[in-house]
Amino acid sequence: MQVLFKTRYEDDIRFLPKTGEKIRVGLVVAFLLAAPLLLQDYYLGELGLLLVYAIAGIGLMILTGHTGQVSFGHAAFLGIGAYCHAILMSHGVPFSLSVVLTTALSGLIGMALGRSASKMHGFYLAIATLAFLMLVETLLGEWESMTGGYGGLAVPGLKVFGISLASAWQQYYLDLFFTFVVVLGAANLFRTPTGRSFLAVRDSELSARCLGVNVEWAKIQAFGISAAITGLAGVLLAHHLAYLAPDVFSVLESLKLMLMIVVGGLGSIPGAIFGAILVSLLPVALSFLKDVLPPALGQQAGLEPLLFGLIIVIFIVFEPQGIYGRWMKLRFFFETFPYYRKSSFVRQKSYLKTERMR
Amino acid sequence: MTAGRTLSVRNLSIMFGGVHAVEDVSFDVSPGEVFAIIGPNGAGKSTIFNLISRLYEPSAGSIQFGEYDLLGLPAHRVVDTGIARTFQNIELFEQSTVLQNLLVGRHSRMSGNALCDFAFLPRVRRAEIRHRRKVEDIIDLLELAQYRDERIADLPYGARKNVELARALCAEPALLMLDEPASGLNTEETDDVGFWLEDIKHDLGVTLVMVEHDMNLVGQVADRVMAINDGRVLAIGSPDDVRENEDVQQAYLGMTE
Repeated sequence: MQVLFKTRYEDDIRFLPKTGEKIRVGLVVAFLLAAPLLLQDYYLGELGLLLVYAIAGIGLMILTGHTGQVSFGHAAFLGIGAYCHAILMSHGVPFSLSVVLTTALSGLIGMALGRSASKMHGFYLAIATLAFLMLVETLLGEWESMTGGYGGLAVPGLKVFGISLASAWQQYYLDLFFTFVVVLGAANLFRTPTGRSFLAVRDSELSARCLGVNVEWAKIQAFGISAAITGLAGVLLAHHLAYLAPDVFSVLESLKLMLMIVVGGLGSIPGAIFGAILVSLLPVALSFLKDVLPPALGQQAGLEPLLFGLIIVIFIVFEPQGIYGRWMKLRFFFETFPYYRKSSFVRQKSYLKTERMR
Repeated sequence: MTAGRTLSVRNLSIMFGGVHAVEDVSFDVSPGEVFAIIGPNGAGKSTIFNLISRLYEPSAGSIQFGEYDLLGLPAHRVVDTGIARTFQNIELFEQSTVLQNLLVGRHSRMSGNALCDFAFLPRVRRAEIRHRRKVEDIIDLLELAQYRDERIADLPYGARKNVELARALCAEPALLMLDEPASGLNTEETDDVGFWLEDIKHDLGVTLVMVEHDMNLVGQVADRVMAINDGRVLAIGSPDDVRENEDVQQAYLGMTE
């Protein structure tokens, strides 16, 4: 077990204070950078898609995991991002400008949604965001002159600063670049007042308010940042799909994002990434299952949503902290070996809470 | 420190349904004073705090703190005038560490911009360090160093009470409202709280308003006491005067005939 000696205030601000963490994250980064050398184009594309979902997951994580505002409407922001980017690109707007404009638009729509949802909690918020998703999905389908309607919309080829990025590895590095930006930015957020105000709103709106946190504004900000990041993921997703249709951005897609962060572990950035890995591996596992299961079962439609639902339920019942929580326990087990006890992570008696003044 | 502001509450009333939870309450708290509010359960003590914190909207009356009219401010701006508070049933940010909780206490004095924070600009880093210094002072004062990196969910009850007090102090208040600082603490811990309150009063020059049931603690630290019952003021005066007051004895002990 490594004991940290902190000698400067900077020690608390630094990321990854422990050597072991540094090595692990370094290995992952090295693998990601070297992936084009190691993987075939198909798997590289899948890995790129995984990164896109990780970005979207971090977007939702900031809102739901860190600020405690549930949203079943995040597929809408993926859709807004993808469509807005595709439309701008097809009108000749360069990639770099289009990314900025799309992210900003998505963020602004997120803030507007946050403004109207800032007084809502839990169940009502879930319904409101779901309604928002329905609205956007319908809009994408019906606004034919702009979005191509249900017939779909072709996404122009990927071109950054006039250079065409047609190869799989070029697109992959673009995904990777934005993943780094988002992970770093999100991690930054939680060592500054903005991120702390989000956590404060999640854990106790009452005392957050009394300490000077403008709770409504914090929620609007969280919605905005979250939507902007998800919109950015939508931009990258558009290039992976190459052809957009409104039904891609449906409730099921929202559910997938929700599955990612719940199973990954709410309230942690690595959790969103673990979740993205799981969601990307699921179809692989599913195709494997289809071969193994008897045809009557394996060929059944709706196996994927069933599996999604089942996994969410299993995690909520047995490991509410998600994969990340399980990982922390595993690490703690090795770090403190042989002193780990089953009760090490059992919550202490919880104390009375003031009746929430809602 | 913005010492020198007087808290004056005038004819404060609030109704919940048909019940007068607080009725026509007036009192003043001068700078540097320790003012205790006592009364039986349900007398309206915490309601007065929630009114001053702007969590409830009064049906009548005024609350003035120095030059500020608190009723003209939203709840999250009250701390800017120099009023911080703790809660009767601890309201900490459970999943955050002690340090993070205390840094939220500095929130009113930190100017955040989400985009700058996202990029973690050099000036954000400098501000973080600067505010850390203040937080460390409070950690020293309340002897919380051993808990600094613990999550609140892992702390024992007594420590949580201290962290909440520390978090309120991090806002560098001129006036601190303590809602039952000694509830749930053993005698030894209550003594500690007494000493800390003395320290806070003398070293930091903070005015204290507290709701407390422990009459020993009240007698030890309070300069003046206000007793209320059924939302009405029974008596205001020195601890001894209030203890001798017939109405107060009647409220606590029942009719004496």
